[in-house]
Amino acid sequence: MTTTFQPRLPAGRESDAETAGDDAAVRRRRRKITVLYTLLVIGLALMTVVASGAGQLKIPFDEVLGSIAHRIGLDIGPLPSHPRGEFTLWNVRFSRIAMAVIVGASLAVAGAVMQGIFGNPLAEPSVVGVSSGAAVAAGAAIVFSLNFAGDWTIAACAFLGGLGTTLLVYALSRSEGRTEVVTLVLTGIAVNAVAGALLAMLMFLGDTQARESIVFWQLGSLNGSRWPYVWVVAPLAVVGIAISLFCARQLDLLSLGERSARHLGVHVERLRILLIVVVALLTAAAVSFCGIVAFVGLVIPHLVRMVTGPGHVAVVTASALAGALVLICADTVARTAIPYTDLPLGMLTSLVGGPFFFWLLRRTRRTAGGWA
Amino acid sequence: MSGLSAHGITVTFGRRPVLSEVSVEVRPREVLALVGPNGAGKSTLLSVLSGDLDPDEGEVLLNGRPLAQWRLREMARHRAVLTQEHKVSFPFPAGDVIRMGRSPWRGLPEEDDDERVVEEAMTATDTHRIAARPFGVLSGGEKARTAFARTLAQRTGILLLDEPTAALDIGHQETVLAQARAHANLGGAVAVVLHDLSLAAAWADRVVLLHGGRLAAEGTPADVLTAPLLSLVYDYPIDVLAHPATGDLLIVPDRRASTTEEETA
Repeated sequence: MTTTFQPRLPAGRESDAETAGDDAAVRRRRRKITVLYTLLVIGLALMTVVASGAGQLKIPFDEVLGSIAHRIGLDIGPLPSHPRGEFTLWNVRFSRIAMAVIVGASLAVAGAVMQGIFGNPLAEPSVVGVSSGAAVAAGAAIVFSLNFAGDWTIAACAFLGGLGTTLLVYALSRSEGRTEVVTLVLTGIAVNAVAGALLAMLMFLGDTQARESIVFWQLGSLNGSRWPYVWVVAPLAVVGIAISLFCARQLDLLSLGERSARHLGVHVERLRILLIVVVALLTAAAVSFCGIVAFVGLVIPHLVRMVTGPGHVAVVTASALAGALVLICADTVARTAIPYTDLPLGMLTSLVGGPFFFWLLRRTRRTAGGWA
Repeated sequence: MSGLSAHGITVTFGRRPVLSEVSVEVRPREVLALVGPNGAGKSTLLSVLSGDLDPDEGEVLLNGRPLAQWRLREMARHRAVLTQEHKVSFPFPAGDVIRMGRSPWRGLPEEDDDERVVEEAMTATDTHRIAARPFGVLSGGEKARTAFARTLAQRTGILLLDEPTAALDIGHQETVLAQARAHANLGGAVAVVLHDLSLAAAWADRVVLLHGGRLAAEGTPADVLTAPLLSLVYDYPIDVLAHPATGDLLIVPDRRASTTEEETA
């Protein structure tokens, strides 16, 4: 009995249906990403109006829109009817919303970028201790009344603290070109412990006012976000997000591993250092005036990736939008949930983000047997 | 001068010399097989050739120019490297991983060919069916084929392959090496690290045999892959036979010695 040999070579064309599988998947993903962008932009616009109207002084939708229209020179819609309405909108609400957008976008992008550089889904500024490192430096600026750069002093200190901590974490948790998840998380615990002790020491050293500022730091809040502060952090956030987007494709290549990325023309070390500076910049932008808002950088990129897939261009863009949206929502809840009280924003995000972290750990353990 | 050539390469890890004064040339229109026992320095030599590792002594020339003078991205358009390990940190679909091979051509006229080139690479490696699946869930062999497709999609003159057949079944082993062969026939230069000596004999034009970091022999498969030399280098009795029908060299261990020992014991 003889069997006829079916030559495998030259490899024949696959059937069209199979080829179409890949094309269709790519098209489907593109469509999903477009829909997500659209929804996020609409959500942002909607929430901005809702958040502007909500609060102790309620301002109806049409009056919010009317006020904006009048400012840009269009004579449409009613102006706020309340005597302090216009003032509240432009000097309290809008600056606070702008700050929420900046902080949310910065933290989410910082998380996405950090996960990319470490090739590790658990990397996040607050988990690995970069946020607390930045907070220590900013706390020192408050306690010792540093003022070497005017309005920028606290931001500059936060940036340096964040940069120092990121470099430290990077140096401690890498071996042979990659970071083990366990090492990274343990390094984060150690860094957070040291930073916590330093913050405690700063509180001990400072006067009552400084102490209060530091407590506010640790809880995180957008209360008191004035326009001058917004103008300080906005450039940091814009530059950070722009560089992240510019490097997004190289981050994709980096996920192939250091050697393969290099073989495809990526200067791995240069890219890593640049992006570490970017993470510190973004974290500083978020932390300088609002304190530690945890888990945004962890939760947002993960949720986004479920829709967009792992490509970093889409992840970074959508994370920026989604981070901004989530923080506007969270902040609106923080200042309206209990009348006449401003709940700490960092507490809220941790309340939601903490359990999400558990879920993430469990899900990964089930699907991939945990992280090695 | 095109191709890749290494001259007097010496590499030491700590005190241990891994390569001593090795010179090889990866020439156009040729498949060069790097063979030798474990720890002979094959992969280290490939790392030096691909520019990942700076040798302590010696120099590597890519198209006549020292590697240090090349920009990484420019180099990525001239040589592609397939590493032994295939890991992707995020759940990219296999198709995306293959498309990443096109990144060195971004912004150049060749970018217009992206779709066609990726399509060809997928056809050549039989990866259409798995293109939509996340890389992480693929089997070892599917991962290896996807990674190989990525190197093909890079469309470079020089291919450096580190054990491309390790995780593959016999059919796919042949497919991969036939692709390497076809690449050489079209004018490309290929260097491939192989453990299977019969495969080296069948597909290579030239074989470099490494032993303890030194060049033990270099030449055509028939010249290098001889029973006495292989037995010496591998420290195990090895037979070299000709296939009764095709005349291909078959390299197999001679198990009689060890069996006899066991019987006497």
